[in-house]
Amino acid sequence: MVDRSSPGPSRPPLSTASLILRLSAIAVVVVALAGAFAYVNGTFDPQRLTPKKLINVLETNNGVHPGFRRNHSKGVCVIGHFESSGEARNFSTAQVFNKAQTPVVGRFALPAGNPYAPDNAVPIRSLALRFTQANGQQWRTGMNSMPVFPVGTPEAFYQFQQAQSPDPATGKPDPKAVPAFFAAHPESAPFLAWVKTAKPSASYVTETYNSVNAFYLVNAAGQRQAVRWSMVPVAQDAPGAAVGEGKDFLEQDLVQRIAAGPLRWQLNITLANPGDPVNDASKAWPEGRKVLNAGTLVLEKTQPQLNGECRDINYDPLVLPAGIEGSDDPLLAARSAGYANSYLRRTSEVSQLPAAPQETRQ
Amino acid sequence: MSTVPKHFAPLARLLHWLMALMIIAMLFIGAGMVASVSERHEWLIHLHKPLGVAILLLVIVRLIVRFSTTQPPLPADLPGWQVLAAKASHVLLYALMLVLPLLGWAMISASGEPVMLSSSLQLPSIVTANAQLFAFLRKAHGYLAYLLFLTVLLHLAAALFHGWVRRDGVLDSMVRGKDRG
Repeated sequence: MVDRSSPGPSRPPLSTASLILRLSAIAVVVVALAGAFAYVNGTFDPQRLTPKKLINVLETNNGVHPGFRRNHSKGVCVIGHFESSGEARNFSTAQVFNKAQTPVVGRFALPAGNPYAPDNAVPIRSLALRFTQANGQQWRTGMNSMPVFPVGTPEAFYQFQQAQSPDPATGKPDPKAVPAFFAAHPESAPFLAWVKTAKPSASYVTETYNSVNAFYLVNAAGQRQAVRWSMVPVAQDAPGAAVGEGKDFLEQDLVQRIAAGPLRWQLNITLANPGDPVNDASKAWPEGRKVLNAGTLVLEKTQPQLNGECRDINYDPLVLPAGIEGSDDPLLAARSAGYANSYLRRTSEVSQLPAAPQETRQ
Repeated sequence: MSTVPKHFAPLARLLHWLMALMIIAMLFIGAGMVASVSERHEWLIHLHKPLGVAILLLVIVRLIVRFSTTQPPLPADLPGWQVLAAKASHVLLYALMLVLPLLGWAMISASGEPVMLSSSLQLPSIVTANAQLFAFLRKAHGYLAYLLFLTVLLHLAAALFHGWVRRDGVLDSMVRGKDRG
């Protein structure tokens, strides 16, 4: 294509009809390929639930807070490590269960989309962790204090968010929409039963945090064991401990307690029995399942989320090391896809974040 | 001694058609995975990463083949603007084939995630973790992928124009190794 060749044998000119036909055929090929692409990227499929729609509905409900996560927006970074007990070694090849210690960067948070919400606004707390193994592989997990998820599918989650959206006419959510949603979604019964008993806890430190979704541990022989895991606090307050004052009591409490000494959780891994629901996070597993004590999470210091190490981590629950695999729970893929969308939005807005307060820096 | 070939070298043709399939598959995989919250999102990502690295390796081989073989010349009667468009679009295609996998690799590196091609095969990070850099690279990866798709459509339309309207042997030079008849 560098040089031009000499003119070849002359070709008979095309008739006008033939020319139009041939140009049309080219147009058909190009339009067909472009159309297939537009179908795949969702242009022709406005009903499809996309990551963008999931995050848009959170923004509709919570407002846009540039630079912050679109959900679980209020939180605090924690730094520590995990000490393996070796008990999970026979079930998983992951280094985190086989090495004595693995460094951890975590984040406690409030499951709401407003980074300025008061700490008693929701009864749920969350803990996200990133374990960085010596071989460079990572295990990221986002856990919640509820034992089950309100719904089992991303579509139902989206409808649940829509039920909480402000009505364009009044600017407020329809008070009948959420009860109507729960009435139409009987799978939310276990969650609702838990919510009735759940009180906004006085401390991040005394909560149990559950994976909610199921995963597989995979051992060296390739055997796969379905599991859910929980971080269970080693220290418990006396029952009825007073909830702190002010809207940010959770972070203040955490900073105070960690200054007094490291905080510990035990990693309990519950092994599913055959037949336990692995693909439905709205269903609890029956009591009496075998539980491994896989080791101890030790948290040693806090950092403000505005400039701490956790800020730029996307706690995507499908970032997993060899030896841990996602289950076919449809919420896992949706969390991964939705978090990626939220992560791109907030990392594009880092420069709009407010400055971190200096006094909370440990 | 005839030094002006009428056709691309067999290896060049093999690489062209293999990569054409891979790149079109890759563009559809990418567009589909970012528009899905289903399990499809997950398995498409697991295809996207190793396929991207395969394209990166193949485009390097292809550039070496391109510069070490003689290309068939464009027809002498091709209008100047079409010659320019042909040359510019080929430079753009090669640039995007090389840059897109590197952007994908760099953006995962910038996010701080390990760059995993399978559950245990890990590539090194090529940039340090940085949120703002991630956002820039991620957007560039997306926009340039759309540019690549548009360039591929243009390339396809032009190839068919050569084959069906001009009938000047340009399409033939990539489709077959010998002259017709």
